[in-house]
Amino acid sequence: MAELMKLHYEVNGDDFTRAGETSSKVKKTLNQLGFNPEVVRKVAIAMYEGEINMVIHADGGEIDVAIAPEKITVVMKDVGPGIPDLDMAMTEGFSTADHSVRELGFGAGMGLPNMKKYSDGLNIETELGKGTTVTLEFNA
Amino acid sequence: METYWHSVTLDRDLCKGCTNCLKHCPTQAIRVQKGKAKILKERCIDCGECIRVCPYHAKKAVADSLEMLKEFKYNVALVAPAFYGQFSKTESVDVILSALLDLGFDDVFEVARGAQVVTEKTKELLASGELMKPAISSACPAVLRLIAIKFPNLIANIVPLKSPMEISAEQARIEAVKKSGLKPEEIGVFFISPCAAKATFVKGNYTVKKSEVDGVIPIKSICIKMSRSVNKIAEENVRELRNAGKSGVIWATSGGEAESSGAEKVIAVDEIHNVIKLFEEIEDGKHGDIDYVEALACPGGCVGGPLTAENSFSARSKIQRICKGLDDGMLPFDETIKMFWDESIVYRPIMNLDSDINVAMQKMMKIEEIYEGFPKIDCGSCGSPSCRALAEDIVRGYARETDCIFKLREKVSALAHDMIELENLNMHLPQTNKQEGN
Repeated sequence: MAELMKLHYEVNGDDFTRAGETSSKVKKTLNQLGFNPEVVRKVAIAMYEGEINMVIHADGGEIDVAIAPEKITVVMKDVGPGIPDLDMAMTEGFSTADHSVRELGFGAGMGLPNMKKYSDGLNIETELGKGTTVTLEFNA
Repeated sequence: METYWHSVTLDRDLCKGCTNCLKHCPTQAIRVQKGKAKILKERCIDCGECIRVCPYHAKKAVADSLEMLKEFKYNVALVAPAFYGQFSKTESVDVILSALLDLGFDDVFEVARGAQVVTEKTKELLASGELMKPAISSACPAVLRLIAIKFPNLIANIVPLKSPMEISAEQARIEAVKKSGLKPEEIGVFFISPCAAKATFVKGNYTVKKSEVDGVIPIKSICIKMSRSVNKIAEENVRELRNAGKSGVIWATSGGEAESSGAEKVIAVDEIHNVIKLFEEIEDGKHGDIDYVEALACPGGCVGGPLTAENSFSARSKIQRICKGLDDGMLPFDETIKMFWDESIVYRPIMNLDSDINVAMQKMMKIEEIYEGFPKIDCGSCGSPSCRALAEDIVRGYARETDCIFKLREKVSALAHDMIELENLNMHLPQTNKQEGN
């Protein structure tokens, strides 16, 4: 049984400027562990999108990262409004982000599509009014 | 190739072992051990931040001196455009270059001309659509070193063109051979530099097989020698030496290169910590719509270089005024000069904890465990830049937990407590014996 390293982070929901802090920390950790830079980049991009989503739509949440030599799993959990139409949310360019968010340069409708594009496995569990849990898997 | 040769060095006698450089180093390349700073060579990118912040002037840039001109029959001063902004009483490029000739050079060559040629090539590449967006300028040597150790994913974004200094050196040598009739090796080409990282690049032959620059002389050492002559030069001795146009001279200040590139969506970032922040974002997939990024390690661009003499804001203002009087005319370079790098930048994973990922993970968990026990105030008293860095240093075997003064205090206090306990126990013993004796 290979070693498993676990990291836990809380994502603050009311501060845009801090979105990206967690992905940045994870990126640094993965680099130090010696993961392939290309894998690190994929994790960083997908996680960053997830973090932004948590801040825009769900008032923050929690992120758990499990690192094994051959696989990285990222679980992003929030207690936000849930995703009403998952198929639509997965469409490039579709966004429910409001005007104020777009003014800040976010909400281009690339969040979930990019998370799918840059990960090797994406699972979304969502329930309206309860929250969303996104699980991302990356092959190292 | 001397991989770890550095221009930035420490004068141990002047070092007081304070934490100024420690806290400012963008790559955590400095430790204070036994009361003196120490530069971790493999991490240093020669940005010169430590030179800037050291109150005791213990951090220095090793470069060459005018003495070296004696080694050649014909010498050319390769002048960085930042040099034009260094003199309080003159803004005439011809006057400045003429006065420079008096220091023993046979000719001058403006690196701004090279910057113009690089600008044209960059425009061509941007128009071709073949560059990975956002394309990152290769002009700043400290930024290239930063990418090599911290941003492996951005190596592909760098526009792989030689620096204006490097192609200017080639052109200068070609022109000098024609003028003097000497052999190329009899000609000395000296870069008058605002920055330490250029010296490192020249000595280490980065991105080129063999640098065409023979020596790197700091702007400030030239300025001292020219400070009087530049104001006293007789009008008949002022020669028409300026050839470079605005699109090259403006490279001396941040935003100049970006402006010259003509790209529609550009970002010009200066100061190494700002550069790191932007690169983190680019790595996270942001700024994919940007065409071109000008990234300069020094605040204000090259005029803010650690080897300059004049206040960077004043120099910037002078460069801007000089540029107002210039057009974009440029002299062509020899067609045989290769514009692209001979060798690419290679990722050096110096932050890795171990080559075996399993061992690295064990070390990382140990780091987390040790770090949790630290006060997390990043005071630097231990000699590492932060509590986190100390935890890493301990696991890497460079430091001990008791280097932390708070941990030391805990240990001392625990020890004192134990001694009191022991003392109490001893005081107790004879009494017990007495009781037993009765």
